[in-house]
Amino acid sequence: MKNIRPALVLTLFFVLLTGFVFPAAVTAIAQSSMSYRANGSFVVQSGKVVGSELIGQTFSGSNYFHSRPSAAGNGYDANNSSGTNLGPTNPKLLVGVEGFEGIQQLAAKYRLENQLSQSQVIPVDAVTRSASGLDPDISVENARLQIPRIARARKISEDSIQAMLAQTIQPRFAGIFGDPSVNVLRLNMLLDKR
Amino acid sequence: MLQIVLYFLIILAITKPVGGYLFRVFDGKPLLLDRPLGWLERLTYRALGIRKDEVQTWRQYAGSLLMFSLISMVVTYVLLRFQGSLPLNPQGFGSAQMPAHLAFNTAVSFMTNTNWQSYSPELSVSYFSNMVALSIHNWASAAVGLAVAVALVRGLSQKSANGIGNFWRDVVRGTLYIFLPICFIGAFIYVAMGVPQTFAGPKLITTLEGIKQTIALGPVASQEIIKQLGTNGGGFFNANSAHPFENPSALADLFTKVLIFLIPAGLTNMFGRMFGNQRQGWAVFAAMSVLFLSGAFISTAAEQSGNPAFAKYGVQTANMEGKETRFGIAGSTLFASVTTGASCGAVNSMHDSYTPIGGLVPLFNILSGEVIFGGVGAGLYGMLIIAILAVFIAGLMVGRTPEYLGKKIGRFEVQMAMVSVLAMAASILFMTAYASLGKLPPNDPLNTYKGSSYGATDTGYGPLSGNLNNPGAHGFSETLYTFASATGNNGSAFAGITANTPIYNTLIGLAMIIGRFFVILPVLAIAGNMAKKKIAPASKGTFPTDSGTFTLLLVGVVVIVGALTFFPALALGPIVEHLQMIGGK
Repeated sequence: MKNIRPALVLTLFFVLLTGFVFPAAVTAIAQSSMSYRANGSFVVQSGKVVGSELIGQTFSGSNYFHSRPSAAGNGYDANNSSGTNLGPTNPKLLVGVEGFEGIQQLAAKYRLENQLSQSQVIPVDAVTRSASGLDPDISVENARLQIPRIARARKISEDSIQAMLAQTIQPRFAGIFGDPSVNVLRLNMLLDKR
Repeated sequence: MLQIVLYFLIILAITKPVGGYLFRVFDGKPLLLDRPLGWLERLTYRALGIRKDEVQTWRQYAGSLLMFSLISMVVTYVLLRFQGSLPLNPQGFGSAQMPAHLAFNTAVSFMTNTNWQSYSPELSVSYFSNMVALSIHNWASAAVGLAVAVALVRGLSQKSANGIGNFWRDVVRGTLYIFLPICFIGAFIYVAMGVPQTFAGPKLITTLEGIKQTIALGPVASQEIIKQLGTNGGGFFNANSAHPFENPSALADLFTKVLIFLIPAGLTNMFGRMFGNQRQGWAVFAAMSVLFLSGAFISTAAEQSGNPAFAKYGVQTANMEGKETRFGIAGSTLFASVTTGASCGAVNSMHDSYTPIGGLVPLFNILSGEVIFGGVGAGLYGMLIIAILAVFIAGLMVGRTPEYLGKKIGRFEVQMAMVSVLAMAASILFMTAYASLGKLPPNDPLNTYKGSSYGATDTGYGPLSGNLNNPGAHGFSETLYTFASATGNNGSAFAGITANTPIYNTLIGLAMIIGRFFVILPVLAIAGNMAKKKIAPASKGTFPTDSGTFTLLLVGVVVIVGALTFFPALALGPIVEHLQMIGGK
């Protein structure tokens, strides 16, 4: 029973040091030196906060690049992050159920929206839901296939959109780690700025 | 594939310097940090009422460990239940979001370094709960794991000693001199890469298309850093390290993966140094590396070739379901191999949506006892248990008394090693069987999810198999993964399963306790018993344990013990599902 006192004191040690002092110190320093990042990387357009550059959002208009499908709440619910957790052989994933689109429906919709031929292979990220449901990015190929649709809707040349895409592409880290990606919000803000 | 190799080279490069530092800390050598932190260490000892040089027998060590685990767990349970009356609670969560069975499960989960989360953090726990009630265990449970590993290494390397060190001292030194400095620097690196650190509540914004979006925030970075460094894995958000606020970029992802293996890899080298022969450490490191790299390559290949069913709809087959674009496939599968090799359990992709073989790798990593670098401390002591079995098996083959590190392995050591192996297997298999077959009437409160507390509707699942998100073989894998993860103190999940019901929370809580203490106690017993033994000089007949042969033997024992124990279960889950998938069923 002589362990009770040190056990209580050690618990208190962790509560004070790692539960209060450490997070408070990190917050104080981070807030004063990196407030943009520490507060969630919120971006502003024409004086209004339009989102966090790190958190994906839903785009459905034909004049914007579309994000991936999302399983977070009713789609890009940034207070309820989640993937589908559907297994690869689950019919719900492949052909969907009432109120939930499977790969089959998502692929057909993507083809229709972007007027793609039946032979065009669809980039897999365009019809699968991410792990967080908040994926801010799409693949470069996915973005490229959406360009003609946006050019038609905005009545601007495909080349000018292509140029915006090129400056938004985030390459692999050090050319090796991760995959090249395109931040949808940043790209759409570029479209609006023009 | 190149990123797997490069990642491994980074780990290889840091193993020796990290091991050297760990050695200095636990051998009580002077440190640069003595000046800024020495006063705090001495003050803590005074408050604890212990003497710095007090040495404990293994029973005393275990007694201290158990009492600390119990008391700190009870404190967390109470703090969680009363979160409604505590500060830093912008979302106004109370005990409705944290009922008794969930608070029990969560307190056990964090105390045992598992960090299984039956709940969705954004919808259940206040900032205070995250930062204080839960985070303290991220530090403490890792420090305890580290202490046990150090105690075992002391037991193996000391001659004719009675004690195996002092529990309180090992925990305090590990926390102050290892975790604190790394976390203090690492937290700012996370913030700089985009991880938030604020006490402000969720932010409501209007998107570019005019949709309202509520964005959850919080003091994430200070929790993220110890979550990874301490191989804890409990997410600030439901999506864990797939959430862009926990893991914003490919660079952050690489940083995270290095943090997870940093101490476990360094410990192999510390082990060698304590024994006075670093090659002993490298032999263990090599065995871990072989297992790690094989798994990572298999999983990556499986996910890249992906799901043949996608081709029917004119879609690329590479499996991006449940994966983030910025990490890509190899970045996700490498993370899965790291987090399950170590007992971390953080995820940057949803393992439940992996192809059967892609998901088999993380499952196998957990089932094999998480000795592939493993959790902080837990990986090394797990692998040393395997080493004892390996020399025992080698001894049987050649008919010699087995020895490890110059000490004879006797009946007691082998019995203790077997207790830990068998307790793990029994917990995983019996609980999986019960959860697959257990029947309850529909709407039995024991298996009802109180969705109404989280903005959804109540669901009564009835039979325990009703909680699964996927039918057939994949559903079985979900159950098996759940109890493997809980017993292995991993904490990752095939997350489709709804585990936030009284019966699941209780079963999983028990599995976590069995997995933690039925390994730690036998390990400490072995440490105590080995410490007493004399070290015999190596002779011609001694089986060298710093050789390639020994590395292969270790790999063999891990694979054979894992495969023999769990093959029937794996056959019912991932293997059947793989055959169904390639057969187009």
